[in-house]
Amino acid sequence: MTEQERLAQLRPHLTRRAELFWLTRRFFREQGFVEIETPVRTPALAPEANIAPMESEGWYLITSPELHMKRLLAAGYERIFQLSRCFRRAERGRFHHPEFTLLEWYRAGANYLDIIQDTEQLLLFLAENTLHTAVLNYQGRQIDLTPPWDHLSVQQAYLKFAGWDPIVAFDGCRFDDDMALRVIPSLAPERPIVLMDYPREAASLARLKPEDPNVAERAEIFLGGLELANAYSELNNRKEQMWRFSEEAALIEKTQGRRMPLPQSFLEAVGHLPPAGGIALGLDRLAMLFCGASSIDEVLAFTAETA
Amino acid sequence: MEIEEVRKNTKLLINRTPYNVDNAEFVKPGKGTAIYRLHLKNLLDGRVLDVTYRSGDKVDTANITGQEMQYLYKEGDHFVFMNTDNFEQRFISEAQMGDKINFLKEGVTVNMQLMDDTPLDISIPTFVELEVVETSASIKTATVTAQLKSAKLETGAAVDVPSFIKEGDLIKVDTRTGTYVERLTGKK
Repeated sequence: MTEQERLAQLRPHLTRRAELFWLTRRFFREQGFVEIETPVRTPALAPEANIAPMESEGWYLITSPELHMKRLLAAGYERIFQLSRCFRRAERGRFHHPEFTLLEWYRAGANYLDIIQDTEQLLLFLAENTLHTAVLNYQGRQIDLTPPWDHLSVQQAYLKFAGWDPIVAFDGCRFDDDMALRVIPSLAPERPIVLMDYPREAASLARLKPEDPNVAERAEIFLGGLELANAYSELNNRKEQMWRFSEEAALIEKTQGRRMPLPQSFLEAVGHLPPAGGIALGLDRLAMLFCGASSIDEVLAFTAETA
Repeated sequence: MEIEEVRKNTKLLINRTPYNVDNAEFVKPGKGTAIYRLHLKNLLDGRVLDVTYRSGDKVDTANITGQEMQYLYKEGDHFVFMNTDNFEQRFISEAQMGDKINFLKEGVTVNMQLMDDTPLDISIPTFVELEVVETSASIKTATVTAQLKSAKLETGAAVDVPSFIKEGDLIKVDTRTGTYVERLTGKK
């Protein structure tokens, strides 16, 4: 296939993708959110052992705009959203591309449950305005987006699909392996499903649940077997955040020999964060769901291989 | 080689056995470890194998080289090839040859893939010219649609050919599909 033929074939998908972006902006503007732009190149990232950053002149390309968004939140911006290009080294597959687009939004005075509801409303809005129905037709399956979506705790999911309890006795390697190879493949692809309450060891930047500090208020949304979004009640305890970052940075240095500088400006802002909820949603995967695409390559005009 | 560099058709060496990566699937929850599921084919006996690797794993690549060789003849269940530069001979088993047996004519030049000094496989041309050694006389009918009949070629392969093909004709065959393409000459 020539490049002209390939791009001509992609046209309906790229048109649908543009519609989704435009409608997403409309959805958030109508709810009083401000669209923000933050740097793509930055001196420090949140250290994450399983996300390899790309370097740029001694700085990093962002793996997510989360830290800058939270600095705005800490400064009193109550409702903000961003459509942002992000970069993660060596992530390439049917659902991954090293350069991809995240939609993030944050709400002051909210928690992860409110953010899950925002997501339900956003997807319903997008479906009604593009497909004129609440039912997505993806890879031969009908996915009914009508809220409320099913919630399943991480504990229940692991007991059911992997045969052990990661909340009682956490094992990081086993947790990661079973998530990818047992839990996610077992989630019914006919309905959106929200995995709730991750073990505290896998809290990332989410706060611990006040009534049960063994779990974090972190939720992941799955649609049609695709991991679509990751939501938190945001951690706003400076000491706790500092401790988590230091632990993670030490682990990265020990196991991978990479030295990650800590994001100091963000750490100074964390203590000023209001109670808030936030989320990162993969827009390329959202476009895949709305285009019936089996590979991310079908919703990108140019990929790492064709650029 | 880092596991993340492995692509479809990378050649790997596992327990001293060479494998071709027929398919590589990348699985990674956003915050979790990257997992690579490889579907491998053993290059010595054609058997398939699924293996799972994790981010940070290292794999060995098989050092595969190509060499032009002339096919000489079949001996027992081995095929004998010769390097025309130094007259060195190499052997490939019937199992390694697979379907290519059907289209290999004595004297033709092929590209042989070797790992160190061990022959793994040969690549034959996409199109080959072979003589029809046996076919039934054409059936005379009034229809205008193309009629196919079976023909045996000099290599022993059976191919469906149009009814006008006669014994002794030289025909062009597509080795990927094992199908007739066109007639080149009639019997001299």
